Amino acid sequence: MNTGKVTGVISNLIFIEAVAAVTQNEICFIHAENKKLMAEVIKVEGSKISAQLFEMSMTIKMGSQVDFTGKMLEIELGPGILSKKYDGLQNDLTKMSGLFIEIGQTSAALDSDIYYKFTPIGKAGETVKAGDWLGSVKENWIDHKIMVPFALKGTYIIESVVEEGDYLIHDIVAVLTSENGEKTEVSMVQKWAVKRTIDTYKQKIRPNKILQTGLRVIDTLNPIAEGGTGYIPGPFGTGKTVLQQAIAKNTKADVLINVACGERANEVVEIFTEFPKLTDPDTGRSLDEKTTIICNTSNMPVAAREASVYVGMTIAEYYRAMGLKVLILADSTSRWAQALREMSNRMEELPGQDAFPVELPAVIANFYSRAGTTQLNNDEWGSVTFIGTVSPAGGNFKEPVTESTGKVARCFYALSQKRADAKRYPAIDPMASYSKYLDYPEFVENADSNIQKGWVTQVKRCKDLIRNGLEARDQISILGDDAVPVDYHVLFWISEMIDFALIQQDSFDDLDMKTPLKRQQYMLNKLMDIGETEFHFDEFAEVATFFKQVINVLKQMNYSAFDSAQFKKHEKELNKLLQDNKEKTLIES
Amino acid sequence: MGFKRIYTRISNITKATCTLKAEGARYGELARINGMPAQVISVIGENVTLQVFAGTEGVSSESEVVFTGSQPLLNVSDLLAGRFLNGYGEPIDGGPELHGEARAIKGSAVNPIKRSKPSTLLATGIAGIDLNNTLVTGQKIPFFANADQPYNQVLAEVAMRAEADKIILGGMGLSNDDYLFFKNTFTNAGVLNKIVCFINTSENPPLERLLIPDMACTAAEYFANDKKQKVLVLLTDMTLYADALAIVANKMDQIPSKDSMPGSLYSDLASIYEKSVQFAHGGSITIIGVTTLSEGDITHAIPDNTGYITEGQLFLKQDTDIGKVIVDPFRSLSRLKQNVIAKKTREDHPQVMNALVRLYADAKDAKTKKENGFDLNEYDKRCLEFAKDYSRRLLAVDVNMSIDQMLDTGWELLQNYFKKFEVGIKEEIMNKYWNDDRTIKA
Ligand SMILES: Nc1ncnc2c1ncn2[C@@H]1O[C@H](COP(=O)(O)OP(=O)(O)OP(=O)(O)O)[C@@H](O)[C@H]1O
Ligand SMILES: [Mg+2]
Repeated sequence: MNTGKVTGVISNLIFIEAVAAVTQNEICFIHAENKKLMAEVIKVEGSKISAQLFEMSMTIKMGSQVDFTGKMLEIELGPGILSKKYDGLQNDLTKMSGLFIEIGQTSAALDSDIYYKFTPIGKAGETVKAGDWLGSVKENWIDHKIMVPFALKGTYIIESVVEEGDYLIHDIVAVLTSENGEKTEVSMVQKWAVKRTIDTYKQKIRPNKILQTGLRVIDTLNPIAEGGTGYIPGPFGTGKTVLQQAIAKNTKADVLINVACGERANEVVEIFTEFPKLTDPDTGRSLDEKTTIICNTSNMPVAAREASVYVGMTIAEYYRAMGLKVLILADSTSRWAQALREMSNRMEELPGQDAFPVELPAVIANFYSRAGTTQLNNDEWGSVTFIGTVSPAGGNFKEPVTESTGKVARCFYALSQKRADAKRYPAIDPMASYSKYLDYPEFVENADSNIQKGWVTQVKRCKDLIRNGLEARDQISILGDDAVPVDYHVLFWISEMIDFALIQQDSFDDLDMKTPLKRQQYMLNKLMDIGETEFHFDEFAEVATFFKQVINVLKQMNYSAFDSAQFKKHEKELNKLLQDNKEKTLIES
Repeated sequence: MGFKRIYTRISNITKATCTLKAEGARYGELARINGMPAQVISVIGENVTLQVFAGTEGVSSESEVVFTGSQPLLNVSDLLAGRFLNGYGEPIDGGPELHGEARAIKGSAVNPIKRSKPSTLLATGIAGIDLNNTLVTGQKIPFFANADQPYNQVLAEVAMRAEADKIILGGMGLSNDDYLFFKNTFTNAGVLNKIVCFINTSENPPLERLLIPDMACTAAEYFANDKKQKVLVLLTDMTLYADALAIVANKMDQIPSKDSMPGSLYSDLASIYEKSVQFAHGGSITIIGVTTLSEGDITHAIPDNTGYITEGQLFLKQDTDIGKVIVDPFRSLSRLKQNVIAKKTREDHPQVMNALVRLYADAKDAKTKKENGFDLNEYDKRCLEFAKDYSRRLLAVDVNMSIDQMLDTGWELLQNYFKKFEVGIKEEIMNKYWNDDRTIKA
């Protein structure tokens, strides 16, 4: 084993003199007060090594021994990942004793003492390659596939697979023979280096199917596709975390990976306490059962922030390889970028914009590109959808992290300070935000057959109404209420109606917080009917009064169960309001 | 610790740091130069760089450096109660030396899984806080205020009204007047036995401020965890703390990021604020800070990073229409209010609060319209009238009432100025609280 000695410490940057050759990004362990502290090599200059420490460095002495592992940062993949609460390096937080996390404390990622019921899929004699399914175990309620280890190259023949039965994760469940006759024993656990993509699929296709999040402003106006990417930038306090958690609670996904990266501990506690009590809308099971939380809060080691997002993505890819629909959320990707900046500054590298490292855009692009819809070797489909939040300094989107992310993410959910101040939640700016999937012909086609014919056109017309309304508002505020035609007021109030009834959604109301697509379809059609009606008003003041009543009824509808008696009652009220105006229009004309 | 390591060969001296050749030094270790405290901030080979808290004035290349073998420590025990200490945890009140367990002041993080969800209401009687931005024990939240706002007075008022077993004041760059103000407030209220103060005044060296928050949090952790008490930590002014960080970073030749602040500002501030916690055993640490702004600019790196860390902020502002300081409902936020409103408070709380703020926003639009020289319509005029009343009766910081009273006042305002359909409140709640017999004033 290669070793070295510590020659310097600046915060979590450690300088090491190594005995033999060292590889970039290899993991090493530094001896300090009876503990071995994990660090990652980030620079190699001959025998002079710089490493970032995933701990606090106060216990390290000059001259301390360093053991190099020859391996990059790896995690363990196997049954038992779901429901776990990991730190950024896949230590199981639940297994850690003590109220405080002590320096150098670790715990096992998987449970080696739990029996899983294994059902074989592969049969002796079959030819397989990396990622192919050998068997399946029940993990909570999910069929967790045991696969040919991703690291195996070339084709293998299955020599044997164990019979159906209960096994421990480290038991051998299959034996494979390589082309040149070497045997490989396969257990339920494999290791994978987190910075590498699990790419054992046949092909990656353009995302084409809507991923239902239950949020109207997303699903209806700016839909994200299964296997798609999105980002949510916004100044502090504008609702990034609330929005992401709403997405987490309501999205129709098989597996959910929640990465809390450099944010508040109390927000994770919220997930810990809430998720077990919430039911997954699709399966009726506890939400906790399909969720893994990776938690590296702002007071936990800074270097592990970067690791945490990669750990999350690797787990997501692992479940995608089982043919599952995975959603991964990271809050906030800016904290990861800042961790890179802190380290780059300590290394005295030549900085890029705002002192971020110059390779930042490439790092972000590379990460987002790991999402996607994939066709597996057995023609099943799996997907990883990624949505990250971005916390721009000073709330200004013209900064490196927001801009680099904008270049790669296909959906943009811009949170606006103004909307948040006016408590118009979710504070997604309807004009600035977009979904590029609305322009994918395959997406449009799918929406035609699965939602309604002409759906995307309807959505775009709705956006036009919003835009017209905002333009009218600008005219009104420049020229004054009575200096513009009454029609301008109508245009403005139609956009207000769409805002209040469609865009705004109460994430703290049990009913309003999730709107199934069927209901969104009803609402969009209803709003478009109203929006495209010819109204007649004598003076501008009448317009506001009329639409405020309409908005009030629409809001009451949103608070009522779909198609319930209460809902119908409000629907009647709405129709009456519209009818009355129509009659008035007829009489007057 | 073993033998004392003493060195006298200082090679390099800047205003805040000095470098010498020494063996066995560790990152973060406390040393003394000519008896003055200093901390190791970098070790590269034999070259050890120290940050000298009191500044390097009087340090020569032959000054004596003694390494203590440990990080900065605080002696914790119940004897802390009632004491006034400096940034090193030494008495400044003329009282006896502190005894107790010596604890390193930058303790480990609480395992998130062991935290409880903060859900105990922390009432202050100020409607701008309790109604619109309800606080919870275990929360971290700063006041954002311009230098001319009475932030320390409001902070003291909140501390005196809030229910707490211990109040720990971390004063950074406090003016001597404000220091005495806090001291008098605590003395007059007869609460000296439940306070601990760590004080750095504007007369003390600025770098000594760097130790204050960690000292305060270490004392807080002792009472909250060891003694299972409810602890309230007051940190004022965190902007001056951050300025001190910038001085050190600058002397270390680090590349500054936005507003000349070090790139690690977010992590540095987070390590302090994240000490706030609700333990399962009932003990808690609540942190209320002060971040002074320059001309209300919250996009400056200090308030900006703070906002990204804390669980909301309370924005103090002068309302010229009523001539009082108010808690601005637009820029203020308590992110933990969800944990208690309509759960520990009346069911109508969220809806009333939101309706009032939304209408206040309409009033703001009307005001802009008026300032731009446009005629106001009837609705605009009602909004403006409402805004003044709302500001005076609920937003002003001199209000002191129960949350039920605040809600009743809220309904009264809504009914006085608006029609039923204008308030946009859920029907269920309207049916219960809107009094149809009342007539609208407008
Ligand atoms: N959809 C919503 N409905 C109601 N209130 C909301 C909603 N979204 C946000 N809020 C309010 O705004 C507060 C801040 O939201 P959130 O914590 O999501 O902001 P953030 O953008 O994540 O901020 P930061 O960048 O500081 O983490 C919430 O605590 C809540 O009070
Ligand atoms: Mg957030």
